[in-house]
Amino acid sequence: MRISALIKRISRQLLRDKRTLALMFVAPLLILTLMYFLFNGNTVDPKLGVVGVEHSLVQGLEKVDIKVKEYEKATKNTVVDDHLDGLLQVDATTGKMTLTLQNDDPSKAKALQMKISQVAAAQVQAKLIQQNPAGAANLIAAKMKTKYVYGDKDTVFFDVLSPILVGFFVFFFVFIISGIGLLRERTTGTLERLMSTPIRRWEIVTAYLTGYGIFAVIQTIIVVTFSITILDIVLVGSIFHVILINLLLALVALSLGILLSTFAASEFQMMQFIPIAVVPQVFFAGIFPLDGMANWLQAIAKIMPMYYAGDALKAVMYKGMGLGEISGDLIALMIFAAIFIVLNILALKKYRTL
Amino acid sequence: MNPTIVVENVTKSFGKKPVLNEINVTIESGQLYGLIGPSGAGKTTLVKMIVGMEKSDAGSIHVLDKKMPNLAILQEIGYMAQSDALYAELTGEENLKFFASLFKLSKSAQKQRIAYAADLVNLTPDLKKRVSAYSGGMKRRLSLAIALVQDPKLLILDEPTVGIDPELKLSIWNELLRLKNEEGKTIIVTTHVMDEAERCDVVAMVRNGRILASGTPTELKDSYHVGSLDEVFLKAGVNQA
Ligand SMILES: Nc1ncnc2c1ncn2[C@@H]1O[C@H](COP(=O)(O)OP(=O)(O)OP(=O)(O)O)[C@@H](O)[C@H]1O
Ligand SMILES: [Mg+2]
Repeated sequence: MRISALIKRISRQLLRDKRTLALMFVAPLLILTLMYFLFNGNTVDPKLGVVGVEHSLVQGLEKVDIKVKEYEKATKNTVVDDHLDGLLQVDATTGKMTLTLQNDDPSKAKALQMKISQVAAAQVQAKLIQQNPAGAANLIAAKMKTKYVYGDKDTVFFDVLSPILVGFFVFFFVFIISGIGLLRERTTGTLERLMSTPIRRWEIVTAYLTGYGIFAVIQTIIVVTFSITILDIVLVGSIFHVILINLLLALVALSLGILLSTFAASEFQMMQFIPIAVVPQVFFAGIFPLDGMANWLQAIAKIMPMYYAGDALKAVMYKGMGLGEISGDLIALMIFAAIFIVLNILALKKYRTL
Repeated sequence: MNPTIVVENVTKSFGKKPVLNEINVTIESGQLYGLIGPSGAGKTTLVKMIVGMEKSDAGSIHVLDKKMPNLAILQEIGYMAQSDALYAELTGEENLKFFASLFKLSKSAQKQRIAYAADLVNLTPDLKKRVSAYSGGMKRRLSLAIALVQDPKLLILDEPTVGIDPELKLSIWNELLRLKNEEGKTIIVTTHVMDEAERCDVVAMVRNGRILASGTPTELKDSYHVGSLDEVFLKAGVNQA
């Protein structure tokens, strides 16, 4: 009865606060859409200057979408002046190839280097076949076929990143809005005022979790549905599992937000928790491979809720795993939520021991 | 019948700062009890401890024969805080309804109590307005209405009439006296206004962490050999210094 009165009040307050509602429901969609377009932008064909390169090699290079420009003579400066991504020079006497890369974007430079060496190798192969047709059979066998365990040859980074992003936005916005919600109740004195009524501490915590939980559920469903249907993010596993993971994550964010608001005296101080409690979560959510991290960093990852959520989301959305395989992650999230909830009830002791 | 409130040897300090020292207060059922004293003397701290919102360092507090803090007893206490704690996004009526639903009250009783409390503080025409659009005095009145909404046996009002115009103040005081006389309610009021203190059955002066003097307004004036409570207040300060 008291709990339902509190839930009703919380929802009513939130519904009247249009800006906050917009932040909760629209902002994640905007950011996800933006990220989607950023990561799916068309790649620009690299520009390569060539000096003394055989015609057949140039054709080979053009075939793999490299824009080739031939020069009589060129130096390092040509690369800079003509905005070339690279310069391939073949020494007329020795036939030795030299590749000068601009390298302002290392990943682009590496890709270009790889393409060129592949084309060059193919040329050499072709020549060998011409000279020695008998050996051709072996060489053709060397042509490789690639198979993928997860995803396919069209998989881009965004496909791996998006499950983590979906989880992170749910975490971030629920954390901020619930934290500030209870904080306002503290700063306006209404929380203290509540303590002069027969309400119990656990009733307040339950009501807050449920009240904001309802909005978190709606947000989760909107964000997940939008990502999958409109943005066409890869979803191999079940959408219900995705929602389940996000709901557990929202519960963790809710209880953590409410708990940290205890230690904030103003909205501004609540914002100060973002770089401390929220941003580091991204680093451990699976965007950077955990295996490559130092041991102590791996240990930190294990105390980050986003680590488990990111792992589970990636498993379901990208790898198509089922509940059985992510149960460990789900249990970890439940433990986080349980710990934070108990701490919340204890933190309210500041006001009243009962 | 046992006294409604018994405060025994209560001591309280915030950090290193002592606020109340060995306070003893007994308030009989049906009494209108006034707490006066300079700003920062500890009146608010004392009433908060009676409600159980603040922990005492030592001593004990009993309300209606139950040791505080006690959740069941809170049903019987109507508390009005010194600073208004209201939900600005909600209307006056929604605020009243919310607080009313935290107490044991039947649906029909709730409706009737909300109407009564709103009417008492002249807020009925403004009930549908959001509290963010209320004036300071209107917020004060709404806080008072909320304190009355569950029909408690004991009213604890922390400076209830600050920011309320003289006409409404008079009618509120008349209602407080009626509640006391006709419904037998026990009322604690803190105030800085001496003609309000004058209307209390017993007045206690809190100063320097102690109850310096207490008694009926007449007794206080006689013991200090002065004609008004204002002079009692001033003289008590001089004696202390
Ligand atoms: N939460 C708190 N933390 C630290 N000190 C406090 C706190 N609350 C009150 N105090 C101190 O306790 C003393 C008593 O405060 P209290 O609010 O009880 O005074 P008061 O008699 O109600 O004053 P006023 O008439 O101005 O309302 C003051 O000196 C105040 O600074
Ligand atoms: Mg006070």
